[in-house]
Amino acid sequence: MNRKIFSMISVLFIALFLFAACAKTSTAETAPAEEEEPLAEAPAESEKQVTITWWHISTKDPALSDWQKMADDYMAAHPNVNIEITVLENEAFKTKLTTVLQSGEVPDIFQSWGGGTLKEQIDAGLLKDITADLDADGGAWRNTFAPGALAVFSSDGKNYGVPWDMGMVGWWYNKDLFAQAGITATPTTWSEFLECVQKLKDAGITPISLGEGDTWTGMHIWSYLATRIGGEAAFTAAADRTGSFTDPAFVQAGVELKKLIDMQPFQDGYLGATHDEMQATFGNGKAAMELSGQWAPSVQKANSADLEGVKNLGMFNFPAVEGGAGDITDVIGGGNGFAIGKDAEPEAIDFVKYLTSQQNQTIIAASGSGIPVVKGAESGLTDPNLLLVQQSFAQAKYFQLYYDQILPSAMGGIINDAVQKLFAGTATPEEVAAEIEAGAQDLIK
Amino acid sequence: MQLSQFVHDKHHVQKEGKKDRRFQNRLVIILFLLPALVLFLLFVIYPIFRSVYYSMYDWKGFGPAVDYVGLGNYKKIFGDEVFIKSIKNVLLIIILSLGLQLPMALILAVLVGRDLPGRSFFRTVFFLPYVLSEVNTGIMWMLLYNADPERGFFNAILVSLGLQPVAWLADMNVVIYAVFITLTWKYFGFHMLLYLTGLQNIPREIEEAARIDGANAFQNFFHITLPLLGSTIKTSVYMSVLGSIQQFVLIWIMTRGGPVNASETMATYMYRFGFVRFQLGYGAAVAIIMFLICMIFSLFYQALTRKPDYLSGL
Repeated sequence: MNRKIFSMISVLFIALFLFAACAKTSTAETAPAEEEEPLAEAPAESEKQVTITWWHISTKDPALSDWQKMADDYMAAHPNVNIEITVLENEAFKTKLTTVLQSGEVPDIFQSWGGGTLKEQIDAGLLKDITADLDADGGAWRNTFAPGALAVFSSDGKNYGVPWDMGMVGWWYNKDLFAQAGITATPTTWSEFLECVQKLKDAGITPISLGEGDTWTGMHIWSYLATRIGGEAAFTAAADRTGSFTDPAFVQAGVELKKLIDMQPFQDGYLGATHDEMQATFGNGKAAMELSGQWAPSVQKANSADLEGVKNLGMFNFPAVEGGAGDITDVIGGGNGFAIGKDAEPEAIDFVKYLTSQQNQTIIAASGSGIPVVKGAESGLTDPNLLLVQQSFAQAKYFQLYYDQILPSAMGGIINDAVQKLFAGTATPEEVAAEIEAGAQDLIK
Repeated sequence: MQLSQFVHDKHHVQKEGKKDRRFQNRLVIILFLLPALVLFLLFVIYPIFRSVYYSMYDWKGFGPAVDYVGLGNYKKIFGDEVFIKSIKNVLLIIILSLGLQLPMALILAVLVGRDLPGRSFFRTVFFLPYVLSEVNTGIMWMLLYNADPERGFFNAILVSLGLQPVAWLADMNVVIYAVFITLTWKYFGFHMLLYLTGLQNIPREIEEAARIDGANAFQNFFHITLPLLGSTIKTSVYMSVLGSIQQFVLIWIMTRGGPVNASETMATYMYRFGFVRFQLGYGAAVAIIMFLICMIFSLFYQALTRKPDYLSGL
């Protein structure tokens, strides 16, 4: 009898295990379908009632409440529209989005960084072409945006999303240290820049803080040089494979970078330093410059010993390279936007238009959540450093999205690792270019 | 009714004989093993075969793997000097671990396992690093190794002694040794604990007998303690070697395998390709190579060290 009970219990256990396993997968499969179902049915039942699904990643205030208030205001003005907001943390968002995209259930409005990932989504037929909406009324909506920022969310001349924040990388510098070295004007050409580095060195000041342990930090110097030398044409050609990353512009970028590295302008141990350590060195006044994005003012402050950071902070555009095709006003940067899902109703597009109106962009600017991309909204910017970024950005004739965002994601890692070898002196500019090209041949198809 | 039922049952069991009982026993064993076996097959064995499958494709993780390359990934891996460098680094870590880390752990274990005053205090202090999470350890040591003498502890000491500061994690010739010091600090407590347990199993009588026979402390250690710790040392060496081959977290946190692959190990190499560059097929091939190295080492090690265990005979 005992044995029978035992075997019955074990069978029961096994059954429980199996059921538990089945139950999990089945709920996971049905759950998203259930969530999305009312969406599909709603328009059929009554033409006026519309539900908009919106995923964003602003998990913290002020942006979190700002977005909520904008949605509430819109719903109050349009009683037939119901906006369902899903707030996700950055990494969780990427994972969840990948999952729902594979099932074909696309949110109507969702966070996007544009570039290569957006292109993959476009190619998979998951996004809606909103070119006509932007061009309606003689391009009324289109003309409100800074063109460079809007282009990040387009492919082959068609738009699939709009930006709401856009920043850029530039040289942040410590005005006091520049004055100490007797530098009166910020450099506008590469040779002036190198002279400036020499002057700082002569004055016993470390010219540049760099966290090359994180590799992408130094890659920006290389990619800026390539943009200044080759301009838009060189990169576009290399990226669409009509050109190559071994083209003269990219090799020359390495040669120019090597000139800078040979002057030993960086702080001790920069090869192993992280991005935070780079910001700390700059924030503590131990180095005169760093090449960094719109986050630099706040991050250098947070990493400095006294939490005050550099007292007299300034920013200048990456200098032009003599004889290069690129202009000094061209910028490298990136930012945030909203992509429009393939099943989005006209109401969803209207809501995005509302989100990126001058009034709402001013709110985003005023709370420091982002650098506005809509003309007139910069009046909301109170931080003088962010205003600097915004002004540089607004003047840009060509906007180069970060290499690791515009190219397939794996390319970012390959470029970072290859350029690091220049800093360590283990590869020549030609070898670096060849390594990047080898990766591109493999990854860009 | 009940009685007749009982009698019937008993009669029935006897009639069917031992054969039936044995079958039922086996059935119960199999049924009890089944849940664990299913989970083991599903989450350990199946992924290994799946990895072998993916390692023959050029696969980026999107959709099904279609780009068949056969053994191409493996050829590429063995032709990549970065992978060769990572193997050299792993060998260096193994040699240093066996040559420095384990003997040190053994000496400390003998010291704190015996009559040292305040030994429980030291035992706790030595074991403490092992309890700390690896990420915390990595970040803490990065701060200690900071190249700026005003911020990095080690360089502050060097400068105060009138020496030149060292760029610990940024110098391609120094970084692997700097990482090894951290690894030793983190793991020697674990091996010390293993040896302590081993020491407790050695009967005092043997040492006392030796002492009465006139053996001094060194003779006692080399002729009694060490041979009797044999099986413990065997385990400790085994875990140290496998741990070195799989070392990832500390190195990834502290150096990301850099600068320029100077501190790359097989595990960081795998992660770089599998999860930073999303070349999952290539990463799977690296994982398979690591798996084979670990397995071959395990089999050989087990065969080579099958020596008599002195204590089990006591």
